[in-house]
Amino acid sequence: MDFSLNEVQTMLADSIEKFVANDYDFETRQKYAASECGYSKTVWQTFADLGWTAITFSEDDGGFDGSPVDVMIVMERLGRGLVVEPYLANIILAGGVLKRAASNAQKAEWLQPIISGELQATLAFVEPSAGYDINDVVTTAARDRDLWLLNGAKGYVLNGGEANLFIVPARTSGERTENAGITLFGIAADAAGLSVRDYATVDGQRAAEISLENVSAGAEQIIGEIHEGFDALDAAVADATLAVCAEAVGIMTILTEKTIEYSKNRVQFGVPISSFQALQHRMVEMYTACEQSRSLLMWAAMTVADGGEASEQAIHSIKYQIGVAGKRVGEEAVQIHGGMGVTWELDVAHYFKRLTAIGLMFGSADWHLDRLAAMNT
Amino acid sequence: MNVTFTGEELAFRAEVRAFYETEFPQDILEKQNQAIPLTRDDVVRWHKIAYKRGWGAPNWPKKYGGTGWTPIQKYIFADEQARANAPVHLSFGVSMVGPIIYTFGTEEQMQRFLPDILEFNTWWCQGYSETGAGSDLASLKTRADLNGDHYIVNGTKTWTTLGQYADWIFCLVRTNSDVARRQEGISFVLIDLHQPGVTVKPILLLGGEHEVNEIHFENVKVPVENLVGEEGKGWTYGKVLLQHERTGIAGVAVSKFKLSRLRAQAGRSIRGADPLANNKAFMRRIAAAEVELKALEYTELRTLASIASGNAPGSESSILKIAGTELRQQIDTLQLEASGYYALPYVNDQYAIDFPPGERVGEGTQTQSSLLYFNHRKLSIFGGSNEIQKNIIAKHVLGL
Repeated sequence: MDFSLNEVQTMLADSIEKFVANDYDFETRQKYAASECGYSKTVWQTFADLGWTAITFSEDDGGFDGSPVDVMIVMERLGRGLVVEPYLANIILAGGVLKRAASNAQKAEWLQPIISGELQATLAFVEPSAGYDINDVVTTAARDRDLWLLNGAKGYVLNGGEANLFIVPARTSGERTENAGITLFGIAADAAGLSVRDYATVDGQRAAEISLENVSAGAEQIIGEIHEGFDALDAAVADATLAVCAEAVGIMTILTEKTIEYSKNRVQFGVPISSFQALQHRMVEMYTACEQSRSLLMWAAMTVADGGEASEQAIHSIKYQIGVAGKRVGEEAVQIHGGMGVTWELDVAHYFKRLTAIGLMFGSADWHLDRLAAMNT
Repeated sequence: MNVTFTGEELAFRAEVRAFYETEFPQDILEKQNQAIPLTRDDVVRWHKIAYKRGWGAPNWPKKYGGTGWTPIQKYIFADEQARANAPVHLSFGVSMVGPIIYTFGTEEQMQRFLPDILEFNTWWCQGYSETGAGSDLASLKTRADLNGDHYIVNGTKTWTTLGQYADWIFCLVRTNSDVARRQEGISFVLIDLHQPGVTVKPILLLGGEHEVNEIHFENVKVPVENLVGEEGKGWTYGKVLLQHERTGIAGVAVSKFKLSRLRAQAGRSIRGADPLANNKAFMRRIAAAEVELKALEYTELRTLASIASGNAPGSESSILKIAGTELRQQIDTLQLEASGYYALPYVNDQYAIDFPPGERVGEGTQTQSSLLYFNHRKLSIFGGSNEIQKNIIAKHVLGL
């Protein structure tokens, strides 16, 4: 049993912490978030230059063979910096599909430029009426001689406004919500019939609704086998779920630290409010929630890294935990900051909003708990 | 004990319902249904419609131009107002400063201020909190120094809700620093905001909305006739007002409306093959909130009955504030979760008048659900934070 980071992991952690401390203070983050594309392209290139975009990919693909534990290290620190660059959309989601299912030709065309920082890709895993079930795909792809014609709509496509490549799950056979019969297509942003409605999200990021009207795709755009795209889709979304949980632990930790700090400095009734036992106990509960979440996150990351059958349980467990504990820590941080906690000016509100958004993506706490309850463990 | 309404009360309910069905403007209703913030003009226009009907001040006695309603009538009115998804009367004039003026003010002040409050010719805002005086309100530092026939006011008030629209502000100010208890030496004054030395600066809230402000006073002249009641007694008046604020803050009627709307939405909103209403875990949470709401409603009715029999609202109003705001936040959470990914778009621009409706992302109740959830964190913070309410109950009710 070993919970320590190895030498390479320690270096990775240090370099991200250094980047956040030196180049990504809150004002800078706010500036990037408010810019037209919603993040900094220069910062993204820095990520690529530092090799962070390569971590999750195999050495054969030009990556570093990183494990879910490495992703955890990265995401927790990006969470602490409230980083808005599209690591989740591009590296974890789109990259997660491509590394598992893409052909060598597709990897050369798409994955290499993702790693080098030139290409922004995203995965359209949400359907407007599907809720959280990623196998609920009603977007269709119908064969038309050598081509496929895609029709349908997707919602909450992360970084959709800036993406050059959309990975689109479409139903090529089977019933709605069947795992089999989902095929993954790589669709270029400028494809005829594809329209993108880009919007800001409440957590300072950007997403898009896309609609596909007779968008044609050739066989070379099919990622993996026809009808068999679900496994890669599911695995990439599981990676992303774990990734945002790590990000959330980073956010929860920083919110707890900031709340403790604020309570020591905020004087009311002639004393720092940290001297009130009622508040002390609540901050202890925030701290406890962070540590419990961190422990569960480590277990989940190591379990997923081992690749066993317990992976599914691990993902559901950590997302449930984050949903509940994240909400509690976020709300308490705001409450103890009082009026200041609800202002745009203070970073606390922005950490809270991101934490809330994480709670709503890839399944709510209830949704994951339902699945855990139904498992035969 | 008897929990049924009398025939007169039922007739009154029908009258209020008919009024909202015929008089409440459709364009404002549409905004309310889409959870779009109302403009200053919307608020003023609707108040004036209520005023014309004689309902400009539901909570005032008849002799000041109010309705003279019984507490039960007021309760029915609030219920129907929420049922119609109409906004509550803006509290600062009608519910807050008005009652202070007719309770503690002079005849001259009543004649000067009450008619404009009633008709909504003046927009009032509240000047209590300061940067260093939040929960510890008595530590406020804004000064009013007597200089002949007027006070010179210096200081900064914060969190003034909708102060950007306001014509007047009622303030707690320090008129005497040389006192044994900090609560002494505080006075209640009315200040015209349209004069030199007043600066209103926006504070953006966490959803980016401009709802509150910081108001700065630099050598602002306030005539002594704008002092309400006795100098140095402002704390007592302010406390009475906060107790009124706390009763209204329970938001029973609004919560009732929101829960019933959520139930209806759960029946319609299809997630995959099933409506949300088939999700037992979610529906159990709605049911639990409904039980809490019923308890809150009857706690409020008991308080109203006690006031009707001549008792002043006391420290028990703190229960209403705590339970009411926690419940409202719980309902916001349910609405947020019911909206799923559609809670995430930050699309205020899509509610602009010229925005093409076809390009909207989701329904307003969904896309605004996160902003409401964020904005309503304030409910447990303002009007005396819920921690302060617990202290009040511990000390004044339980004698701890």
